Amino acid sequence: MQQDLEVERVTKRYGIQTAVDALSLSVAHGSFFSILGPSGCGKTTLLRIVAGFLVPDDGDVWIGGRSMRGVAPNRRPVNMVFQHLALFPMMTVGENVGYGLARRGAARAEIAGRVDAMLKRVGLPGAQDKRVDQLSGGQRQRVAIARSLVLEPALLLLDEPLGALDLKLREHMKIELKQLQADFGTTFVYITHDQSEALVLSDHVAVMNAGRFEQVGTPQELYYQPRTPFVAGFVGANNRVAGRAVRIDGDGVELATADGLAVRARMSGTIAAGDAVEAFVRPEVVHLAREAAELPSLAQRFSGRVESLLFDGANSAVLVREERTHAEIRIALPQTGRFADLEVREKVAFGFEPQRAVCFRAGSHGS
Amino acid sequence: MAAETAVGIAAPRARLALLLLLAPALVWLVGLIVLPHLELAVLSLRARVAPRVYELSLGQYRTFIDEPLYWHTFVRTAGISILATVCTLLIAFPAAWYIAKLARGRARSVLFVLCLIPFWVSETVRTLGWMILLRESGVLPRVLVDLGITPAPIEMLYHDATILAGLVYTSLLFMVVPLVSALESLDDSLIEAAYDLGGTGWSILRQIVVPHAAPGIAAGSIVVFMLTLGNYLTPTLLGGKNSLWFTEQIYTQFITRFNWEQGAAFGFLLLVLSTAIVWLGLKLTGQHFGDVMRRS
Amino acid sequence: MIPSLPRSKLSRHAIGGYVVAFFVFLFVPLVVVAVFAFNDANYPAPPWRGFTLDWFLGGGSGRTGLFADGPLVNSVGTSVIVAAWVTMLSVFVGTANAFLLERARFRGKAALSLLMLAPLVIPGVILGISILAFASRLAQFVDDIWGLELDILRPGLPLVVAGQFSYVVSIATLTIAARLKRFDATLEEAAFNLGASRAAVLWTVTLPYLRPALVGAAAISFLMSFENFNTTLMLVGSDPPLTIMMYGRMREGASPVLNAVSLFLMVASALIALVLLRRPTRGAGG
Repeated sequence: MQQDLEVERVTKRYGIQTAVDALSLSVAHGSFFSILGPSGCGKTTLLRIVAGFLVPDDGDVWIGGRSMRGVAPNRRPVNMVFQHLALFPMMTVGENVGYGLARRGAARAEIAGRVDAMLKRVGLPGAQDKRVDQLSGGQRQRVAIARSLVLEPALLLLDEPLGALDLKLREHMKIELKQLQADFGTTFVYITHDQSEALVLSDHVAVMNAGRFEQVGTPQELYYQPRTPFVAGFVGANNRVAGRAVRIDGDGVELATADGLAVRARMSGTIAAGDAVEAFVRPEVVHLAREAAELPSLAQRFSGRVESLLFDGANSAVLVREERTHAEIRIALPQTGRFADLEVREKVAFGFEPQRAVCFRAGSHGS
Repeated sequence: MAAETAVGIAAPRARLALLLLLAPALVWLVGLIVLPHLELAVLSLRARVAPRVYELSLGQYRTFIDEPLYWHTFVRTAGISILATVCTLLIAFPAAWYIAKLARGRARSVLFVLCLIPFWVSETVRTLGWMILLRESGVLPRVLVDLGITPAPIEMLYHDATILAGLVYTSLLFMVVPLVSALESLDDSLIEAAYDLGGTGWSILRQIVVPHAAPGIAAGSIVVFMLTLGNYLTPTLLGGKNSLWFTEQIYTQFITRFNWEQGAAFGFLLLVLSTAIVWLGLKLTGQHFGDVMRRS
Repeated sequence: MIPSLPRSKLSRHAIGGYVVAFFVFLFVPLVVVAVFAFNDANYPAPPWRGFTLDWFLGGGSGRTGLFADGPLVNSVGTSVIVAAWVTMLSVFVGTANAFLLERARFRGKAALSLLMLAPLVIPGVILGISILAFASRLAQFVDDIWGLELDILRPGLPLVVAGQFSYVVSIATLTIAARLKRFDATLEEAAFNLGASRAAVLWTVTLPYLRPALVGAAAISFLMSFENFNTTLMLVGSDPPLTIMMYGRMREGASPVLNAVSLFLMVASALIALVLLRRPTRGAGG
């Protein structure tokens, strides 16, 4: 399949700090690719290198099969949706959308026609003469995307465009963005620190940390088969248990925490007995019961007391303290209503299947 | 990162752009400010010993000290300028308070603009107005006679008080504007809190309002003082022959007597006085010059 | 003290009365000037002798009105020409300075930016004499070396323009730089990203954003120049601008023609002010 974007061992340093560290990546034509990472991980630097606003110290960027070395940002076949959108406040919506076409020297009638058609496609028909400050947050978002897509770029870069929106609108715009991408078929490269945005929107996600990719894969792979402790901790909610491997059994590891809690989990990578390890257990993997007998047979079992109730509709959870070691664990509440009357300090039993927890050697990183 | 957002322009082009931007600024600052003032300094420090032959001399400055008229005028100008600055502050403050804190909505902006309007008109015109009002055959003496306060029209021009009033009038705008913006930025809830905690009007003014407005007060006072010290029109027209204003001495030496060396020395003395008091004002209130100028 | 706190009736009336007195003080001189422009007397003083337009339109028969007063009308023209030059130069150089202060990085920038403010604290009279002295030195130099008589360096309009420009440009710089400082640089990046050249970015994004500041700086420069007295007084040659002309006439004696020209100035200033005050509401980006 044709690769719209290829990044080849790109490095960018600021003084002694390496913002992007010999990074490579390729994005297939027509896909929605996200780069997910905490702030300061270098994702914005990477995006700006692709856009041409920064020159890499090393490596090369290929867009649509052409090397971008020495190509100025205004001559690259990429467009960008900026973090705060950067709509031109002194121009109307129509002038904003037609800006790039006018710079290419398109005829006035052609610009008007294409702007009109583009505004219709993004659901803002006839908005040409509105001023930018008359638009709502979501509408501005669409204008910013229309302004880029009207130029039919090989690649659209999006720099956390939903960051400035309030929660409700952000949820709505997520869906809209995905539909727009499917509709236009343009390759999107999207950066964000919000794992939910990355998971919902993308075909592929690269999890970035300290200038490197920890793991690249589909959202499902990242969620169910994290390959590094960082990915396991960053993507989705997770309980982290740190300790030492005491026994290796095929692909299973038994670890013991400093407090003496024993946990079994599936091994990821190579671990030898005695290694420092960290295991991750997702809240929804842990079964909760009032009596130990109610737990499924395969689960390793623990008992504890409810520390606090975190009611959040469908995402409700409880924090439970393990009885013996006082380790704290977060458990998703099943939506059956069976635990609607659960109370703080109440004694509960919980457990999980070792295959559904994952264990890494402490501090291991991606390739 | 900012430097690199300059979109990868090649270094020689960036250097050329910098030079092109620097050129007008340098022509202006070197050609019209720095070199002329150096010339002034050189002029003030030389004496003519023969046609087109000069030597280094402090004679001009000695003349200034030896001749009572000159230093008397100098001290008087400084004194009246300080007095005028204080009067301007006292007169402008209540008005600025009213505009910033008591007037609401539209009334506030209308009053503020009303303050500006007189100063869109030339100082010459405003001084003309005062002359028509105050001269012996003018409006105010006539009104006083009509009201039976004075038996005959009195000459109200050519007094020191007239000069002071004229200077205050001319300076009001430069005090009101920084005061209003300083007071507007004072959160009403601070005053309410002080009142709630038992503060009285006077203590609130002294402990809350004045400290908050200090930058505005300093900015306004500095600008007013400078403008007053350097004023020529108001003292000469309202004070007539008795005005004894230092800028007038400079004009006389430079233009009337063509004694540039003496005029340059006077000019330098005025510049030093002005700079010294501005510096002192900044030091006393702990302000930075750049901030103050930007604010006013 | 503030409306939300209880205030006595007395204090409310006191401050109200004070504010009224304050505005009377501000406006009385202007009103007097305007009123006596229409008094049917040879001298701008009470009593009121009836309404006349002689001081605007009169010509020949004893009273010379504003529009028939050749030197006065010429001086208005001179002021306009000087102000136009000062405005053009100040806005142009002020814009360059603003970019220099906000965008460029070079050694000595802090010192340069402080020096740019210096003209505001130098009394106008001193700016005038220093430029006069320096220009005379230059003229002497040119004469000695090449034997050229450069009129441009003798007291006259070019020197007046230079003198006024030397401090007006500081104000223009401050005005324009303040707006450029608030400019969101990602707008320029966005324009680049959409394929604009450097020149196009400047022309279509940055300058339109600066427009309100440019218009404001132009208006302020024009007024500052038109009203300037101190610097001009020292540099003026044989054709005086209006302020100098009026000063000369005022020293000679009063004539209602001066009231007439003053009223004319007030109306002109008010028009400029109106245009300016209406603009900011439409300024983009605040």
